[in-house]
Amino acid sequence: MTQSVVVQVGQCGNQIGCCFWDLALREHAAVNQKGIYDEAISSFFRNVDTRVVGDGGSISKGKICSLKARAVLIDMEEGVVNEILQGPLRDVFDSKQLITDISGSGNNWAVGHKVFGSLYQEQILEKLRKSAEHCDCLQCFFIIHSMGGGTGSGLGTFLLKVLEDEFPEVYRFVTSIYPSGEDDVITSPYNSILAMKELNEHADCVLPIDNQSLFDIISKIDLVVNSGKLGTAVKPKSLVTSSAGAFKKRQEKPFDAMNNIVANLLLNLTSSARFEGSLNMDLNEISMNLVPFPQLHYLVSSLTPLYTLADVNIPPRRLIFITTCKLKGWRKAVLQKRCRLYRLSSRSTANWMPQKACPWKTYPD
Amino acid sequence: MSIVTVQLGQCGNQIGFEVFDALFSDSHCPQGLCSKRENEAYQASCKERFFSEEENGVPIARAVLVDMEPKVINQTLSKAAQSGRWKYGQRSCFCQKQGSGNNWAYGYSVHGPRHEESIMNLIQKEVEKCDSLSGFFIIMSMAGGTGSGLGAFITRNLQDQYSNSLKMNHIIWPYGTGEVIVQNYNSILTLSHLYRSSDALLVHENDALHKICAKLMNIKQISFRDINQVLAHQLGSVFQPTYSEEGSSHYRRNPLGDLMENLVPHPEFKMLGVRNIPQMSEHSLAYSTFTWAGLLKHLRQMLISNAKMEEVGIDWQVRPPLSGAPTLGKMSVNRNLHFNTSLANLVILRGKEVHSADLGGFKDPALYTSWLEPDNAFNMWKTQRAFNKYEKSAALVSNSQFLVKPLDMIVGKAWNMFASKAYIHQYTKFGIEEEDFLDSFTLLEQVVASYRNL
Repeated sequence: MTQSVVVQVGQCGNQIGCCFWDLALREHAAVNQKGIYDEAISSFFRNVDTRVVGDGGSISKGKICSLKARAVLIDMEEGVVNEILQGPLRDVFDSKQLITDISGSGNNWAVGHKVFGSLYQEQILEKLRKSAEHCDCLQCFFIIHSMGGGTGSGLGTFLLKVLEDEFPEVYRFVTSIYPSGEDDVITSPYNSILAMKELNEHADCVLPIDNQSLFDIISKIDLVVNSGKLGTAVKPKSLVTSSAGAFKKRQEKPFDAMNNIVANLLLNLTSSARFEGSLNMDLNEISMNLVPFPQLHYLVSSLTPLYTLADVNIPPRRLIFITTCKLKGWRKAVLQKRCRLYRLSSRSTANWMPQKACPWKTYPD
Repeated sequence: MSIVTVQLGQCGNQIGFEVFDALFSDSHCPQGLCSKRENEAYQASCKERFFSEEENGVPIARAVLVDMEPKVINQTLSKAAQSGRWKYGQRSCFCQKQGSGNNWAYGYSVHGPRHEESIMNLIQKEVEKCDSLSGFFIIMSMAGGTGSGLGAFITRNLQDQYSNSLKMNHIIWPYGTGEVIVQNYNSILTLSHLYRSSDALLVHENDALHKICAKLMNIKQISFRDINQVLAHQLGSVFQPTYSEEGSSHYRRNPLGDLMENLVPHPEFKMLGVRNIPQMSEHSLAYSTFTWAGLLKHLRQMLISNAKMEEVGIDWQVRPPLSGAPTLGKMSVNRNLHFNTSLANLVILRGKEVHSADLGGFKDPALYTSWLEPDNAFNMWKTQRAFNKYEKSAALVSNSQFLVKPLDMIVGKAWNMFASKAYIHQYTKFGIEEEDFLDSFTLLEQVVASYRNL
């Protein structure tokens, strides 16, 4: 089984990352009843004996002692990371996995990329190497960041070049949050364009996600849940936005619901690689099937269902449609416009693609 | 004589398990409908072919399991061990951590050379356990990365190392609507390489099996397990022991050799298909009775009209062309695409009163191509021992035009993609150049043309 390392950069990246780890732990808790550290958990977590000081504490089999996330947290200001470390997930992260600074990048791509890049290059390399060493067989780096800010955008894309030089065989999957139309960062267009160039050249696959689409999904769910028509028939914990069942009931923060959607996406993407089923789809297969030309590696994703009805006659299935499009906008047969995590303008499909879009399913075995 | 099975990739391993399970269940089935002595001879023959003995009496399948990621092999091994009746050898499997990513080039050019020695060693150990080797049965899919790419590599290696043994590749034709976007590329590369190194290609199409599950077995939610079980049933009805030429006292010793001798008269024509009749769910079995005449009539029409299954799929309008017409006229009538001309056919009958079955319909020269006499082109095997609780069952293995249309479609789609060079960079990254693709296209176009002109 292969392992993946998640690198979360900037405020947005770290907040999404926090939701992701929360969801991952819940998923494994639901599946793994006996508390044995198995191959599925090992893809995102390491089993560490906390009584042993230093790095030698990794246990590869047997009961779960203490799970540490395979993650590197990077932010140029301390607020967000500190909040994570004081929250319910503090034990999941190793203090050696963090890189922080004090002042932040000031929404300036150049500061993030050039200034902090050169300043922290050695440290970043060292932390990445450490996390790679803990892996038996490292397959993929997941980078989560936003495109509109300074750190996520600038330093996040600087990372890509570092990863490409240091680990050329390992895939780089980037989850990029694109700014919406009404964004409060004035320089976000510049930051996004500068980051796009780096993504084009150094990323293997990019999953673009746009805030406006996430807003729309949430309002759609709210409409259904609160309207009363189907409201009582929806299972509350099945919402793709819910953090129900989290460690502690905490105040729902404004972006929580949206971050949960992205976390769901990342988990579902890798679930066929972690859990066994009748037709397995690994990450390298996603890259192989959806990237026809090297620079066309932007994957549009959709999630369904957004909620599960309590009516048992309607079978629940989690499906993700992932299709590829160049960002100038070739339309593909994506499931439903309302479920898309990114807005597309419509153009015709390329004539060499197979007639039906190929759905990639995770079979819930 | 024994057959060594090589199971490659996710598909190969899942199918391999079902095949061994079906073979074992059938050979130990109490409803054989024949004498005890006969049953024991059947069991012994089946065991010699597919299983080897261990000290504590649990038979071990003569198989080598190969996959580039561990999940499927682990699942297969544990399922076999859990059944308690038979199992796989503990050291007969080879797996790696990271898969082939649906990339034929990765399976062929990277995994192949890297793991060649380990895999060939495993196969050699398995071969050494056999008293005499009939040949290799290699189960793989065409659409993926490991089964197709590594499978092609291993077959070529087997041809070099075991040039005197026969190799039959069992390949799974992917769904037309596709499981994998690059399946057409992977398929044409696999087929072209296998055509050069394999002795026969036994093809099963996912679409056909799916329809059988839906229409004949009445399964509502069809899973791959159901499809694999139908497939295993069809393979079992071909590979279980049958009487040899000497009569009903002896079972045939060399199944692969006899199969190929009967069905592959010319190296240009290697594609074999299997049809089985009857095929139904176990519940319906109790309420059905069969006659040989009825079964064989349906089977013949299935062959002629290129139907994949009985009842629902058969087009009774299709008739063979009238004999006695001048040869030129016959050729042009045969061009009628609905009529399926055969090169060679093998009918295998199992069950009660098998001697009374009349196979005259299959000896009609109109069914066959003009350059083979029906006496040479048609063969029959039989045994009185019933298969898998069916009182009477018949299987047809044929070398005919049945794959022309699907093959043409796959080549067409692959060519369409190739024309815009889509996904080619994924293959050139690992050493498969555009020339290799062009070679494959040429070879397959030639195969399609040869079959069309039968």
